[in-house]
Amino acid sequence: MTVNWISIGLLTDIPLRGARCVKTPDGKIAVFRTAENQIFAIDDHCPHKGGPLSQGIVHGAAVTCPLHNWVISLETGKALGADEGSVRTIPVRIDGEHLFIALEALASRAA
Amino acid sequence: MTEKLVIIGNGMAPGRMLEHLFEQAPGRYAVTIFNAEPRVNYDRIMLSPVLSGEKSYEEIVIHGDGWYIQHGITLYKGHKIVAIDRAAKTVTSDHGVTENYDKLVIATGSVPFIIPVPGKDLPGVLTYRDLDDVQAMLLAAQSREKAVVIGGGLLGLEAAAGLASRGMDVTVLHVMPTLMERQLDPAAGYLLQRAVEDRGIKVITKANTKQIIGDGKVEGVELADGTIIPATLVVMAVGIRPSAGLAKDAGLAVNRGIVVDSGMLTSDGDIYSVGECAEVDGMVYGLVAPLYEMARVAASHLAGDRSAAFVHSDTPTKLKVTGINLFSLGDFAEGDDREEIVLRDATAGVYKRVVLRQNRIIGTVLYGETADGAWFNDLKKKQTDISEMRDTLIFGQAYQGGAPLDPMAAVAALPDDAEICGCNGVCKGKITSTITAKALTSLDDVRAHTKASASCGSCTGLVEQLMSLTLGAAYNPATVTPMCTCTTLGHDDVRRLIKAKGLKTIPAVMQELEWKTSCGCAKCRPALNYYLVCDFPDEYADDYQSRYINERVHANIQKDGTYSVVPRMWGGVTNSNELRAIADVVDKFEIPMVKVTGGQRIDLLGIEKEDLPAVWADLGKAGFVSGQAYAKGLRTVKTCVGSDWCRFGTQDSTGLGIRIEKFMWGSWTPAKLKLAVSGCPRNCAEATCKDIGVICVDSGFEIHFAGAAGLDIKGTEVLGMVHTEDEALEYIVALAQMYREQGRYLERIYKWAKRIGLDEIRRQIMGDADKRRGYYERFVFSQKFAQVDPWSERVSGKDKHEFKPMATVGFAQAAE
Repeated sequence: MTVNWISIGLLTDIPLRGARCVKTPDGKIAVFRTAENQIFAIDDHCPHKGGPLSQGIVHGAAVTCPLHNWVISLETGKALGADEGSVRTIPVRIDGEHLFIALEALASRAA
Repeated sequence: MTEKLVIIGNGMAPGRMLEHLFEQAPGRYAVTIFNAEPRVNYDRIMLSPVLSGEKSYEEIVIHGDGWYIQHGITLYKGHKIVAIDRAAKTVTSDHGVTENYDKLVIATGSVPFIIPVPGKDLPGVLTYRDLDDVQAMLLAAQSREKAVVIGGGLLGLEAAAGLASRGMDVTVLHVMPTLMERQLDPAAGYLLQRAVEDRGIKVITKANTKQIIGDGKVEGVELADGTIIPATLVVMAVGIRPSAGLAKDAGLAVNRGIVVDSGMLTSDGDIYSVGECAEVDGMVYGLVAPLYEMARVAASHLAGDRSAAFVHSDTPTKLKVTGINLFSLGDFAEGDDREEIVLRDATAGVYKRVVLRQNRIIGTVLYGETADGAWFNDLKKKQTDISEMRDTLIFGQAYQGGAPLDPMAAVAALPDDAEICGCNGVCKGKITSTITAKALTSLDDVRAHTKASASCGSCTGLVEQLMSLTLGAAYNPATVTPMCTCTTLGHDDVRRLIKAKGLKTIPAVMQELEWKTSCGCAKCRPALNYYLVCDFPDEYADDYQSRYINERVHANIQKDGTYSVVPRMWGGVTNSNELRAIADVVDKFEIPMVKVTGGQRIDLLGIEKEDLPAVWADLGKAGFVSGQAYAKGLRTVKTCVGSDWCRFGTQDSTGLGIRIEKFMWGSWTPAKLKLAVSGCPRNCAEATCKDIGVICVDSGFEIHFAGAAGLDIKGTEVLGMVHTEDEALEYIVALAQMYREQGRYLERIYKWAKRIGLDEIRRQIMGDADKRRGYYERFVFSQKFAQVDPWSERVSGKDKHEFKPMATVGFAQAAE
């Protein structure tokens, strides 16, 4: 299946060590920008109790969930430390200042 | 195939047994646990620190809910097993749940012994066994009235000390002539009694309880000699007996406890028993070390290793009352074949006694100075012939072979197999080798990997000394807990260094103080941000990405990701215009829940994040500003109606409350800060459980502080009395600033006050006009930069990105 890259905006739309949401029919996706200008996208849904990860504090390549302080790796989507669980990661492409995410499920639905 | 293992009871022994079992035979059993208590496995030894307020329930949980999930354990909380059918191999709970088993473990523990006197069933008579008992005692202690503890043993004295520290007037009744007579000889018992009495606890020995008196509830205890001791709470702590009724009904061999062989197997080949309910070799046990030994043996047998056998060993006893050091081990009765060596130092409050038989130690009592306990225990265990060091034995290990008196040398000289942690049976070699092998650097790590110091904690000092010895300069036992894993520095050091080095940004702090991570974590960044806001109000640019979400978007996040909004209502006073504006906002935004808060204002719940600026805009038009109900900062000033309306009011408490709130709103503090002003000592504004409170009286204003009514419940302390409103404001503001400058992030004012000392705070605020004025002026300066309404800023467009999604994708395609 061909990957459908969807434009979501500019790198600078997201604060450093911050996150923004992208709304999709399948729920929100959280797009993170780390201190080192890396971009990651994961489901905005903590594997613990569904907390909105986009609202958490971003440190290194991880985010701490605002509800119960689970720490989720932005690279793997897996809970770090003693907790266990994982969240879907979404491929991101950076083209200059422009950001794209890959949504295969959506592409197939549209087709 | 997986076998079914059912466990009756969820205490420390079966919990430990499962840890061993999962290690030795992972996946072999599907485990089901029935727990008569409605909770997970917690450290029962630490109930006394919970009672005294030194620890919380959360801190003593051994296995959280996640552990049960992780190991696929079915845990029935609050299910008491009422029948075992050995023929069908099933158990049935009081809620009617029946489970079958291949192997069954009975770990029903013990029940407190109730002395059979009239009145034993009156409301207000408690035992001391589980968390429910502790919670009942804490509730009763709020009255600060009189309590009687029956029983001067380990448990009774810990209960008495806990209740006394909670403000109750406590009397201990003990039937024997001296306290803890089973562990202490009369001399040490006497020293202990003096130390207990020094804490304001009355002790009556040789006290025979005749009855508990009261009409409908406890009113007092009557002794056999006719003495009546008034009390609203009676705690029976006279001992425990094994809980073996269930096993007996099932036809198992039961003596004092459930009879088991050295492999923990009962008279039924598929049923084991561990813990206080089990009787092995005619002995039943109540201390944790032998119970953990049972757990180890039972786990081995369940895992298929039938060679493991329970071995009896004497366990030292230690009393967990802060400030009283005592250690007791073995046998110390007098006898013809025994000799003893005694050391007394009345001034220092030290008493040591070693009982010998044929030049070998059989018993030890140490009071006041217990550092050599592990050494004496080791000599006794190994049956070392002590004739060579007999002259200096009583002075302890440091005096042997002319070594200098140094506790580190004493620990260094201990052999590798010397037991350090009695509760968990961990020896010195295990600790030092684990520290090296796993490169451990913190006490918590050592606890996690070796279990040493993880139960009652009384060997913590020894473990820390071992860490010093093993790690050398890399470990400093005086170091406080680091802020987080990003640094080795504690909060106080960081605050001090920020000021000393003039560090004015988070990256500067991390650089200069050698942070181990590139950009900190969710623990240290909000703390650092607060410290910098507090210390450099004019120069520091607030780092929003280092604030918790609530403070970043100025609303309270809820479990479903929506937010709640609480506008400020000064002093809890409102009017028809404000209420109408709130009603309109509720209608317009279809706000699903409107709730009156405990701080006398109105909470609007269930608002979508994107709607927040619009909600604030409408509220702002009616004059509302943020109530900062989300802030580690000034929350509310609760008031009563005071002298304007109330027939008892002595001052204008509403007016003073509003004045304080208008002066202090917007200020950030280490943790939330809630105030109240009551117009008379009837205290309708509940000022005596607030962070800072004022009780108005005819002659002026009594300022209170350091109360709590949340996780902890604590009445306030009196700071002092002032005569005018102006003074009241100045003193309160100065106190708040002192807390702002010294508190550790997330440390409520009562915890800070406990750490700094109430007298020191009174000295600086009440007694030192220059200091007070300095604090006051620094607060006023800081307010110049803090008193900006965050809601109107955001209505005007600040942080727009926070409230809008970055993009909305996929919907159009889906609609096609």
